[in-house]
Amino acid sequence: MNLNALRAFVVKELHHILRDRQTLTVLLMMPLVQVILFGYALRSDVRDIRMAIVDPTPDNATLELQSRFLSTMRFRIVATGQSTDIIEPLFRRDKADVALVFDPDFASHLRGTEPARLLIAIDASDPNTGTTYLNYTRAVIQAYQAELSAGSNQVRIVTETRMRFNPTLESVNLFVPGLIALVLVLVSALMTAISLSREKERGTMEVLLVSPLRPQQIIVGKVLPYLVLAFANVLTALLAAWAVFHVPFRGSVVLLLLESILYTLVSLALGVLVAAKTASQRAAMLTAMLATMLPNALLSGMIFPIASMPRWLLPVTYVVPARWFIVIARGIMLKGVGLGILWRETLVLSAMALLLLVAAMRSFKPRME
Amino acid sequence: MQTLRYLLRKEFLQVFRDRMMVTQLLLMPIIQLLLLGNAATFEVKTSRMYVVDRDHSETSRGLIDRMQASRRFNVVGASPSMDVANDWMLRRKTDVILSIPADLERDIVRTRNGAIQLILNAEDGAAAGVTQSYAAQIIGAYANELGAELMPKVSGHPIEVRARGWYNPDLDYRDYMVPGILVQLVTVVGTLMAAMNIVREKELGTLDQLSVTPLSQSTFMAAKLIPFWVIALVELTLGLLVARFVFHVPMLGSIALVFGAAAVYLIAALGIGLFISTLVDTQQQAMFVTFFIIMVYLLMSGLFTPVRSMPDWAQWMAQFNPVKHFIEIMRAVLLKGATPRDVARPIGILAVFGVVALTLAIREYGRRIG
Repeated sequence: MNLNALRAFVVKELHHILRDRQTLTVLLMMPLVQVILFGYALRSDVRDIRMAIVDPTPDNATLELQSRFLSTMRFRIVATGQSTDIIEPLFRRDKADVALVFDPDFASHLRGTEPARLLIAIDASDPNTGTTYLNYTRAVIQAYQAELSAGSNQVRIVTETRMRFNPTLESVNLFVPGLIALVLVLVSALMTAISLSREKERGTMEVLLVSPLRPQQIIVGKVLPYLVLAFANVLTALLAAWAVFHVPFRGSVVLLLLESILYTLVSLALGVLVAAKTASQRAAMLTAMLATMLPNALLSGMIFPIASMPRWLLPVTYVVPARWFIVIARGIMLKGVGLGILWRETLVLSAMALLLLVAAMRSFKPRME
Repeated sequence: MQTLRYLLRKEFLQVFRDRMMVTQLLLMPIIQLLLLGNAATFEVKTSRMYVVDRDHSETSRGLIDRMQASRRFNVVGASPSMDVANDWMLRRKTDVILSIPADLERDIVRTRNGAIQLILNAEDGAAAGVTQSYAAQIIGAYANELGAELMPKVSGHPIEVRARGWYNPDLDYRDYMVPGILVQLVTVVGTLMAAMNIVREKELGTLDQLSVTPLSQSTFMAAKLIPFWVIALVELTLGLLVARFVFHVPMLGSIALVFGAAAVYLIAALGIGLFISTLVDTQQQAMFVTFFIIMVYLLMSGLFTPVRSMPDWAQWMAQFNPVKHFIEIMRAVLLKGATPRDVARPIGILAVFGVVALTLAIREYGRRIG
């Protein structure tokens, strides 16, 4: 092993990175900007529900119920009409989310004994939000009904609900570990993939290959500076999460940092592998981007729960590194657990790092075709 | 015109020469659509439940039975110890803890009021919310059932509520997500290819050669734009076929309208790519800038979390996100059968985007090279 040559090579790589100020700024700022931007913007709570009212025979009772909706502050009445024809165009143009349709006899039935009929139509093209709209609408009606029937002997079971580890269901707490995983894999995998395939495309790889450096050393030299860079990204992202969003750190920060390094290694090795397998910078980039961006966002449990996915898809999620890292990061940050519980995920990531590094070294041909 | 034809031939040849690229361009997005389309759902089929029953009464057993019978919950463990339950949750062996206090039945019979505790693992916020609403429904129905048993004649004013989900009565999340994911895939491929293109000629030095030929700036841009525009449209077609025949996404509106909107949208998306390409010096920079922009576009497009849940400033920013507008159009036309008039506004915005991006790209190219 020629350590001097390796050191010189790493210094050369560092020069490459430090010289390109523009890219360096993007690299250092990107994770920070993203954590802050998405921390604020990515949320799935419903704040403002636009409601259309179809009330063929307006009456005190129907107006009373409408005012109940308004007084929740969550609902806003955007249209009122006599017939259900008004609903369709509103939904199609995305001007209303919910339509409340009163039966013509609603008020008179409410005073009598026959059931007073009410139809809730929701725009369910987005099923998740649609269900939320429905639940909120139902809750208002139920409260109204409970008030009307107060005094009658209905049984109530009060459910005290506790959301463990994230009592307010704060979206930031859930998305930040995922965002860190996403940004890290993108930066690391893309950077190494492009830096290696660039040497190939420009023909400087041949120069490197006839140098006293061994292929493994070339890879190490390429990976090392980016490992440092990625680590800086982890630190800034975590700092932003803590300082701006007050995301809790219940577990050991040191463990979290170590796990981040492990995860970064996996991503870097993935980048090397992509570079070795592709011919040009654009092919490398496209592969790296397609292989990392959407799968890590969608198959990792960052946004969509893994438990919801079809069974046959589960094995596919096992090969997504972010899936394991997110469990680890959420475990340490939100639950305050340690290696005693997270050893399995850590083991998987270690195995991935090892496998990918070996595969990358092997497919990295010491000769040019 | 003649020159444009030659240039186009050159561009197409360059793309199709790299076999791996072609595979990636056409096949990868389809494979991704197949996988990701299935992954994108918030529906929680069954949650694992741990029961801490300190009441051991007919009422408490009835509740547990109702939970289990709903198939939404699967009782994986039971004991009177809360500590054991907590440990199970820490180890991710259970999603929900149902804790029933000792006096539930007595309280209900005496006061008609009972209290129970439901603890959810909110590490996964979306799933926890959904699970909670399922549980609330079952518990509410059970309370009514108990009420009917204790007091057969319920007096008062029943309001009968029926609910109907329009456009997606089965609440199938895939119908909603697949069009959005398709947009995203087409965008990633299109914008990235466009952004890498001109700068590649810069890096290889062939741009200098082109700049001494009698090519006008707009012909040059057209030659760079059209191949990827065509490829992206082909990709969209393949994706729509997958959506139709694999995912059975309903297509209520006019497919011609979808393609018309896509044609406009792709000019905007590729125009942005070309603009980036003229600004930067290396492919590496092109990729990073594009990648940064696409990531912002992606996460703020309403694909994952509704735009209307964002804070006001973010909603305002989203107006400048062409991806958001095109996803909106796709969903409206396919799922709701929107007519050209319904989506005229977003299409208009996209057209403005396209014109602005292309003008900027041509001007910048002229300034730097021409």
